[in-house]
This record gives sequence, C-alpha cells and structure tokens, in this order.
Amino acid sequence: MTSATFPASEPKPSWTRYFSFNTDAKVIGIQYIVLAFFYFLIGGLLAMIIRGELITPAADLVDRTVYNGIYTMHGTIMLFLFIFPVLNGLNNLLIPTMIGAPDMAFPRLNAVAFWLVPIFGTLLIASFFVPGGPAYSGWWSYPPVSIQNPLGHLVSGQGLWLTAVALSGVSSIMGAVNFVTTIIRMRAPGMGWFRMPVFCWTALAAQTLQLIGLPALTGGAVMLLFDLVAGTSFYRPEGGGDPVLYQHFFWFYSHPAVYVIILPVFGIFSELFPVYARKPLFGYVYVALASFIIVGLGLVVWVHHMFPSGVAQWMRNLFMVTTMLISVPTGVKVFAWLGTLWRGKLRLTTPMLFCLGGLFNFVFAGITGIMLATVPVDIHVSNTYFVVGHFHYVIYGAAVMGVFAAIYHWFPKFIGRMPYEGLGKLHFLLTFVGANLNFLPMHPLGLMGMPRRVSSYDPEFAFWNVLASLGAFLLGVSIIPFLLNMVSSWVLGPRATHNPWNAIGLEWLLPSPPAEDNFGEHVPTVISRPYGYGLGQPLVENQEAIERELNLQEARA
Amino acid sequence: MTSTTPPSGSLAPHGEGGEGHANHSLTGFVIFLCSESVIFLAFFSGFAVLKTSALNWLPAGVEGLEWRMPLINTIVLVSSSGTIWLAEVLKAQGRLWGFRALWLLTMALGAYFLYGQAVEWSGLAFGFTSGTFGGTFYLLTGFHGLHVATGVLLMALMLVKSFLSGNYDGGEEGVQATSLFWHFVDVIWIILFVLIYVWQRH
Ligand code: HEM
Ligand SMILES: [Cu+2]
Repeated sequence: MTSATFPASEPKPSWTRYFSFNTDAKVIGIQYIVLAFFYFLIGGLLAMIIRGELITPAADLVDRTVYNGIYTMHGTIMLFLFIFPVLNGLNNLLIPTMIGAPDMAFPRLNAVAFWLVPIFGTLLIASFFVPGGPAYSGWWSYPPVSIQNPLGHLVSGQGLWLTAVALSGVSSIMGAVNFVTTIIRMRAPGMGWFRMPVFCWTALAAQTLQLIGLPALTGGAVMLLFDLVAGTSFYRPEGGGDPVLYQHFFWFYSHPAVYVIILPVFGIFSELFPVYARKPLFGYVYVALASFIIVGLGLVVWVHHMFPSGVAQWMRNLFMVTTMLISVPTGVKVFAWLGTLWRGKLRLTTPMLFCLGGLFNFVFAGITGIMLATVPVDIHVSNTYFVVGHFHYVIYGAAVMGVFAAIYHWFPKFIGRMPYEGLGKLHFLLTFVGANLNFLPMHPLGLMGMPRRVSSYDPEFAFWNVLASLGAFLLGVSIIPFLLNMVSSWVLGPRATHNPWNAIGLEWLLPSPPAEDNFGEHVPTVISRPYGYGLGQPLVENQEAIERELNLQEARA
Repeated sequence: MTSTTPPSGSLAPHGEGGEGHANHSLTGFVIFLCSESVIFLAFFSGFAVLKTSALNWLPAGVEGLEWRMPLINTIVLVSSSGTIWLAEVLKAQGRLWGFRALWLLTMALGAYFLYGQAVEWSGLAFGFTSGTFGGTFYLLTGFHGLHVATGVLLMALMLVKSFLSGNYDGGEEGVQATSLFWHFVDVIWIILFVLIYVWQRH
C-alpha cells in the first residue's frame, strides 16, 4: 500500500548554488568541505615553510619573528579553518540523511554559520598584511606575549587573531545548536536513541562539548581583547590581573576541543569498519555510550596542559587521574573496532585503508598520550617536540586520515559519482608513509630535549629533523593525487548507484545524490539496529520495495 | 484526485519529523541558553578568582560600592520576572489585552533597570581600566546590561507581533522563549548582585 515513489534526483542543479546563500544542508556541507580544503592548502604551505626552515640547524630560511608568526598561523588555520569546518561539513551531509530528516532544524542559521567562516578566515589571512605581521604568540595566545602591542596600531595581527577566534566561536555555537536540535528532534519514526548510527552519537557528544566549552574560550578571548586594546588588566600582573586565569579559560575549551575533533572520527571508524568487514559493530551500545563518558571526563582534565605553570600539587594529581581515566572509554572503542575487524571479510578499499591507517596511528598516539599524562614525564618533555609529535599523530595520523576515509566513503552518495580507487590508494600510501616519517622522528627529538617553536637548533638534532622534513614534503606531495581524484571524479567519474559499498543505513536508501529534501514525505520507519551486516534483517519497513524502486530508477537513467 | 495529493496510506505513521520546523525553535533556544550560561559562569569564576587573590581589591581612592540603587534595581528586575509570568498566564487564558498590559509593564521595568544602571555608572569614581576591580565590574554589569537590553527588544518585537493577524496560530514559541530569556537574565543578576555588592572586600 505504501507507495515508494521517490522524487527522482533533480536534473542537474546549477553549480553556482555552491557560491550562494543556500540553505540545503547538503550544499552547505560541500561548501564547508571545499572551503576547509582551501585553508588546508594554506596551512599546509605554512607547514612546508616550517619544515623547510628546520631541515638545517641554522635559522636560514625565514626571520626568527616571522617564524613565530608562521607556526602560530599554521596551528590556528589548521584548527579553526580546516579541521572544525571540515567536520561541520560532514555533520551537514551526514546527520540529516542518516536520521532521515529533510534538512537541519534551522536551515537559515546553518547558512549564516557557514558564511561566517570565509569572513573570519579572510580576517585571519589579512593579518599577514598588517604592519607588524600576524599574531606570533602561538595558537594558544598566552598573555603576557599576546597582550603586547608594540606598534600601538589599533589593528594588529593579534587583534585580528582574537576577532577571528571569537567569530569562529559564534559560528561554531550556531552550528552546535543546530546539530543538537536536529538530532534530538528530527529522527525518523522508529529511530530510538539505540537505533541511531554511531556517527550521530559522536556528533551529538562533540557538539555538546562545543556548547559547554566554547563560551568559556570566547569569554576569555574577549577579556584578552580588552587587555590588548582597551588597557584593562584582567591578565596583567601589574594591574592585579592573573595570566594563569587565561590559561584556565583557554584549556577548559581547548582540551575538549581535542574530543570535538576526535569524537566524529571515532564515529567514522564505527561506521566504516562494519561496512568493510561485513560484520555488525561489536558492542554498539557501549561504543555509543562511551562517547558521553568521554564528554564528562573531557571537561575535567584541562589542567593537564598547565602542569608546568603554577598550579597546586593536589590539582596536578587530580587531573592526572582524570586524564588517565579517559583512556578507559577510549579503550572500549578501540577494542570494539578490533572486535569488529576480528575474522571479518575485510575489503581493502580506499576508505577502509584510511580507517585502518588512522586506527594504527591513533593507538600509537594513545600510548604517547598516556606517557604525557604522567606529571613527571609531562614536565620533562613539555614544550619539546615530543608534544608536537604526539598531537600530530592524533590530528593528522588519526583525525585527518579519518576525514579522508569519510570523504572517499560518502563521495558517491553526495556527488553521485565514484572516486578512482587507484589514485585513492596512492593517496593513502603517501599519506600513511609521509605522516609516520614526519611525526615519528619528533618523539626522539623531544626526548633528546629539542624545544618546540624554535627556528634553529643544535646540530646533534639534525638527523631526525631531516627525516621529519622529508616526511613533511611527502605529505605535501600526497595532496596532489587527492585533489586530482576529487576534481576528475567529480567531473568524469563513473555514475554511482544508490549503494555502491553495500552499506546499511538510511542514507544508502536515498538516490545518489539525494533530492533536496532527502526522503521528503516518505521517511521510512526504522525497525532494527544499525550495522545488521550478515544478520539478514531489514533496517526499515518496506525496504525491498524502496530498493527495487531505486534500482529501477537507476536502470532507467 | 489530482496527482499532487499524496495517497492517504503514505501519510500514516509520520512521527515527529513531518510538520514543518517551527516546533524546534524552543528546543534550540533552550540549548542556546544553556550554552550562554557558561559564558557567565566563566566571567563569575574569573571574578571570584581575581577578587580572592587580589592584594588590594579596591583601587586607591575608592571606598566600595554604593548599594542602595542596585538594590532597588534588583527588586525591579525580580518583580519583572513576576509580571512576565502573569502575562503568560493571562495569555493562556486568552485575555490578550491583559497580556499586553503586563507585557508592557515588564518592558517598562526592564527599561527602568537599564536607566538605574546608567545612573549608577555615571556616578562612579573609577573606570574600566581601574585595575581588576574596575575591569570586572564594568565587564559583568555591562555584559548583563546588554542582555537586559536584548530582552526588552525581544519583548517589543513580540508585542508588535501580538497585533498582527494570524499571530500565535502556529504556537507561541516566541513569547515562551522571551519569557524564559527574561527569567534567565533575572537569575544571572541575582548571582551578580551577591558577588559584586553583597560580598565585601578591601
Ligand atoms: C602537512 C602536515 C603538517 C606538518 C608538516 C606540520 C608541522 C608542524 C610543526 C613542525 C609544528 C611545530 C612548530 C614549532 O613548534 O616550531 C606544528 C605545529 C602545530 N601544528 Fe602542524 N603540521 C601539519 C599538519 C597539521 C594539521 C593538519 C593540524 C591541525 C588540524 C596541525 C596543527 C598544529 C598546531 C595546533 C600546532 C601548534 C602551533 C603552536 O605551537 O602554536 N598541524 N606543525
Ligand atoms: Cu588536553
């Protein structure tokens, strides 16, 4: 009786919609991702300059103060203009389609949140061209360095930096309100909490963290801005202020920010491993719930970034324990993925390779992370390259690889064409080798005592630095097959069917690409848990009819 | 039977997602308020840290804060929370004019609060840059005052809307949200009053 007529995917909407104030989450998602990769290239170029400088012990490529500006901007661009926007792009594409909603809860707010990104991005990039150059106090922007304005201009690199970060906070809050409301209120009939895909669980957890953490950073940044331009003394010891207070505000957000980045990547792993191992996700309920245990614990570990600053001994011990506790829910997830892979029929497609590589790097980073959590080790290696190596393993090795996996996996769904496997595998190989060659040597360097944020170093560090720089250049090259693949398959790639990977999920019951309002009036009723691989039970009512209809449509096209 | 009418069978079990998005606004607004309260929490805890650790909290030449005016303001703001609640009750009973009168009264009380704040500011012997005392004082009261002003504006908007025909047909989320916001602003002020005026320190 239920008619399974679908609005056929629209005949060629104009590409100009990607440059307009469009309110379709699928358009906004692609806008986010493309823009994020534009900034990724800029941030990557800065990384190449950093590694070019560090390939020799002497400071010979750029000036010392220029170097400070470069690593500050590299960190800031990579975080606020690449990784957060790219993840918000995935949220936009995946949340509505995975839960069967026609769009976000607040489509216009969604578009405003997106268009703020190029605005504050332009402000941030513009700071390269103001007198005095860009901000140079590191991506965490600690006072007292960050409240000095030696040239006395009203518009300084640091001022632009603070404005951009505050705007990024506003944009992210708008996004978070939207994502959380959408997940809470707009799920398909029958999709109870424990029938929701893990990606939505992790997105919900990550966005909850944004909502709790970001206001603290924004508040702290506003006070910093006043210290910088209005002459207040919130963080100035001379006026009774306290620079450590800023560190609390900053890390209260920026530690959770690490989970804002990694949680959706956990979600991606949890989605993809079952598809390519052809098995249900092992321990689905625990994987889902662990996300919220991570949220709870993630909010009470921030002081571990301040062990070397003046904090009381009891605080150090307390935060050391909470930091170690967080490895428990994280470990639960890792074991669930291993359990999923165990005796699975692994299909080593490009997305699967990126997931496996990402998991490998993440486990490695977890080990160095636990080392860092112990207070004596942390005080020994803090501000050395050990830390830089550790967090790049998390961010590049795990998070960026996870993002690539997601892009290759869902590209057919939202673009409607298949990416090329050969180029994809080349991309994976270069990325995996490049990342390890780049970031592994940073660990021995840190243990030997090489400080971070220096443009020259003792010649005894030369060997590992040369290796790291070669790895970095390899990473630089790795982006070429990726871009080539994206552009050529978007234009010429073979047409994708509605479910090329044989995956289970609401989004795979839509045509590729989906119509503007996704399921429109015909939202299917969910009748079983996700990831029923090999169990033979349908995900939704009338699944056969829906699939028959989609196949028919594809045959006709 | 034109082809645009969907077959009746397909409309049957249509759960939450179906009817427009209007009913999500309140959810979204509550989520936003929770987030907004964290920024106040950050300012409050920063204030407490700076106040307890200061060697000389009051800048030279400042005796402390005059509390009578702020106390009147507190009473005004707390009672406005009562009037806005009453306004909502009247509206629920369908007495639209009563609602409008009390709504307007609430706006007037809010405006009076802002006026009182301005009078207090203009009579003070210290400024934004007078140490952490002056900085936090203006930061906290200013940021809160901004919220009061926003609240009054929102109320004005809702008042205008109440005269438009067909208003409130699709629910009354704007009124609910505004009133929620107003209670929020009120609670923040009470905490702020205790921290700034009641808690004495030299
Ligand atoms: C092409 C790959 C990359 C290379 C070669 C690279 C290299 C580096 C190096 C050598 C530093 C240390 C600079 C110093 O302390 O002197 C650094 C810092 C940093 N990187 Fe990367 N990076 C890469 C990608 C990323 C990505 C993808 C992210 C984040 C999404 C990121 C975030 C950061 C941050 C936050 C810092 C700290 C900046 C600071 O000290 O203030 N990096 N990077
Ligand atoms: Cu941390």
